[in-house]
Amino acid sequence: MTQISLHLWLIPILPLVGAAINGLFGRRFSRRAVAAIGVGFCGAAFAMALFVLSQLFSLNLPHIETYATWIRAGSLQLDYGFYLDELSMVMLLVVTGVGFLIHIYSVGYMWEEGGFYRFFSYLNLFMFFMLTLVLAHNYLVMFIGWEGVGLASYLLIGFWFTRDSAASAGKKAFITNRIGDFGFLIALFLLIKHFGSLSFTQVFGSVSMLPAETAGAGLLTAVGILLMVGAAGKSAQIPLYVWLPDAMEGPTPVSALIHAATMVTAGVYMVARSHVIFDRAPTALTVVAVIGTITAFYAATIGIAQTDIKKVLAYSTISQLGYMFLACGVAAYSAGIFHLMTHAFFKGLLFLAAGSVIHAVGGEQDMRRMGGLRTKIPVTFWTMTAGTFAIAGFPPLAGFFSKDEILWQASRVNMALWGIGELTAFLTSFYMFRLWFLTFFGEYRGAAGEAHAHAEHAGHGTHLGRNDVSPGALSHGHEHGGIHESPKIMLIPLVILAILSVAGGWVNIGKNFEKFLEPAFRTGATAYTLTEAATQATKAVGEQGSTELLFTLTSVLAAVLGLLLAWLLYKSRPDLPRKIADALNGLYTAVLNKYYVDELYAVLFIKPLIAASRSLWLRVDQGLIDGTVNDIADAVRHASDNIRHMQSGNIRSYAGWIALGAALVIAYMIWVALP
Amino acid sequence: MVPLPYYLVLSGILFACGVTGFLIKRNIITIFMSIELMLNGVNLSFVAFAAHWHALSGHVFVFFVMVVAAAEAAVGLAIIIAVYRTRETLNVDQVNLLKL
Amino acid sequence: MIHWVIFVVFGAISVAGAINLLAQRHPINSALSLIAVLASLAVEYLLLGAEFVAAVQVIVYAGAIMVLFVFTIMLLNAGEEERTRGSRVAIMFGIPGMLAGSVLIAWILLRYSGTSSVGIGPLLGSPSLIAPLLFHDFLLPFEVTSVLILIAIMGAVVLASREPAPPPGPRGER
Repeated sequence: MTQISLHLWLIPILPLVGAAINGLFGRRFSRRAVAAIGVGFCGAAFAMALFVLSQLFSLNLPHIETYATWIRAGSLQLDYGFYLDELSMVMLLVVTGVGFLIHIYSVGYMWEEGGFYRFFSYLNLFMFFMLTLVLAHNYLVMFIGWEGVGLASYLLIGFWFTRDSAASAGKKAFITNRIGDFGFLIALFLLIKHFGSLSFTQVFGSVSMLPAETAGAGLLTAVGILLMVGAAGKSAQIPLYVWLPDAMEGPTPVSALIHAATMVTAGVYMVARSHVIFDRAPTALTVVAVIGTITAFYAATIGIAQTDIKKVLAYSTISQLGYMFLACGVAAYSAGIFHLMTHAFFKGLLFLAAGSVIHAVGGEQDMRRMGGLRTKIPVTFWTMTAGTFAIAGFPPLAGFFSKDEILWQASRVNMALWGIGELTAFLTSFYMFRLWFLTFFGEYRGAAGEAHAHAEHAGHGTHLGRNDVSPGALSHGHEHGGIHESPKIMLIPLVILAILSVAGGWVNIGKNFEKFLEPAFRTGATAYTLTEAATQATKAVGEQGSTELLFTLTSVLAAVLGLLLAWLLYKSRPDLPRKIADALNGLYTAVLNKYYVDELYAVLFIKPLIAASRSLWLRVDQGLIDGTVNDIADAVRHASDNIRHMQSGNIRSYAGWIALGAALVIAYMIWVALP
Repeated sequence: MVPLPYYLVLSGILFACGVTGFLIKRNIITIFMSIELMLNGVNLSFVAFAAHWHALSGHVFVFFVMVVAAAEAAVGLAIIIAVYRTRETLNVDQVNLLKL
Repeated sequence: MIHWVIFVVFGAISVAGAINLLAQRHPINSALSLIAVLASLAVEYLLLGAEFVAAVQVIVYAGAIMVLFVFTIMLLNAGEEERTRGSRVAIMFGIPGMLAGSVLIAWILLRYSGTSSVGIGPLLGSPSLIAPLLFHDFLLPFEVTSVLILIAIMGAVVLASREPAPPPGPRGER
């Protein structure tokens, strides 16, 4: 399995070098230089990925390269190494490709912001960690990437760190991730204990010898569920999704890259990579599918009531990730990865376009204050339209192919999953078109007029104070006088992603894409029982029966219904939403406030934890430990105060003490000598 | 012939008197003399044991004790003279500059 | 028999001298009592066959050290001690305590004696017998004590000497 080295290590290292250069010296470079370095190194990684692709078919897959031994403890040996197969190839192309486009976009988006060099340094750092994660050949190197992307996410969410909300959001993301990582780590420990290794080939080789666990309990089930806990943290599933909406505090390119296209998909990738384990633990698979489905539906219901354009997209991301987990949960891993790819295209596009919209209206993110923008920012409008139709699942755009594939696979396992999935598709279409109508149609309801100096923007009108404090503020929308289209450097990635959103699904016509991924998911004999149907599904990938056609039509119908409802509520009868909201007041408020989950967590976990910490601090650390030390010191002082009287300066008292001491010694000696 | 313990009792009595004088007296010189008394009591004890064990090293030890006592007396009295010159008193209670 | 008599008589004299040392208020009286104690102890030493030690006791202890004490007393013109109020606590606890302690020790010693009598046995502490020990077995301590005496002399001279009058300085005072 080791042949000519492709120098895979270059792919992550190039962005790392870029990050180092920008991080250490970027402060002194000009913006052009910083941008060139940042984009350049990312582009180099993308070029390397393309090169690897060109070599892919002449390789013996999986192609593994190990570089050095890292840990050797007893019988456990862990190396640094990279693993290339179809799955990691797809992930590589998505990460480097979409990453490259977003790097280009960021040059334009962040041009007027302070900390320009820092942004690109962090962005390249993120690329390094993500590529390490994707290319890892054992779980430990993957974990490095896993933690690293969490770190990069924290740094980038809190990029405008002078703002409390941004700093808190960064913290929230990192901490919630860590809770998931705890599950991941325990899974790794179990793997080490039972299989003596963490490398994919060894673990999966050993696991494939084991039979399926049908009783619903056992090592593989435990490992699977724990891995899912980790994935839930990283990929924002229930119950660890709460950080993703808050992560919108970061700059929009960050939301696009990390929280739509790449980092949050790490969980899906990890589950797909560990399919050998999941295939033999049907209970774990069920858990994955259920969590995915419920999260998808749940997030969609929250999304329909949000007013901030980025928050809608955030909940949409959570929902679409739920679809990917649903796919993995019914053992349709290829479908999940396919949706991951198309989602990267259209969600990345949607976020970038939203950034363009926000840029155009001078920093406003509330959709209620937008409207009628389609004539004013046409390129943004058309690209965003492509993205919206793609995510809603209209044929022949990309989202249709991938989502439909997932739903069909789900229907072959459990109709309830399919039903909820279809309902979620309807809601997805509805809230995306709601966003579309509110933003681009109707009358403009916002404040960024024709070069008016509004009080709320006046303070930010200057070019000082680079780390701005207004939400997502780009204070220059104003100085240019009104709503304007974004610069070309931001538009070109939008167009490219729009093309991909339209055409990206076509790779699976004839199930070609899934056939391409097939070998990656076939390691070892699969002997699971729950998803027998799915076995046949993946084996008979070329099939296209009439049942599938029926389900496809249902999906399209759901999408169209969503569009119609949105058109009804937000274009033709704009007074209706208010009436409906008033009629369902309780439900509406609950949904608007995200079902009060954050508040629930605060009461259940955060407040008790803080109270416990405070109690530990005051009572244990200050009271007990400090108290003990202080009491000992006091005791010594009191003792010495008393003993001090021995030294009175009075010779006769000294004489008395000497005599007393001598008498005691003599008494002791007599006592010892007595028979 | 006198049994050994009687000598030891005598030695003890002399020693006890020496300790008492050491603790009670206020004149420095008298205190010194009590110390000498203590030393003599111990000397008697040494000699008695030397006679008991038929070991002449007891006598040698007594010899050394006396030498040391002489040296100590010389130095001690010199100190007393020095103290008298400064403090003008031989009352030990008044030599208390080290009092806290 | 005669041993007993000598022992008791001179023992009594030494104890009486010791008590007198405590009882006298003027240090010169205490010094003279001490000389009496030393002399009687020398007789006790003779009783135990320690000729050399007895001689050294009289010559060195009573003859030199006590003379030094008497010189110092007379030099410093030490007066009588004042009477002080005796501490009641000391009298109430001290004297019975002391008596009890003494009786206790005496009883222990006498009870666990069971030993032979001590007296002028076959071994006399004559100089010719002590000399090998002193100059052979205990040579090092012997030499060291000579150094000790040297140091003591120097110390005594330095401590007791009056500070020389400082030479008249440039300012010409004193």
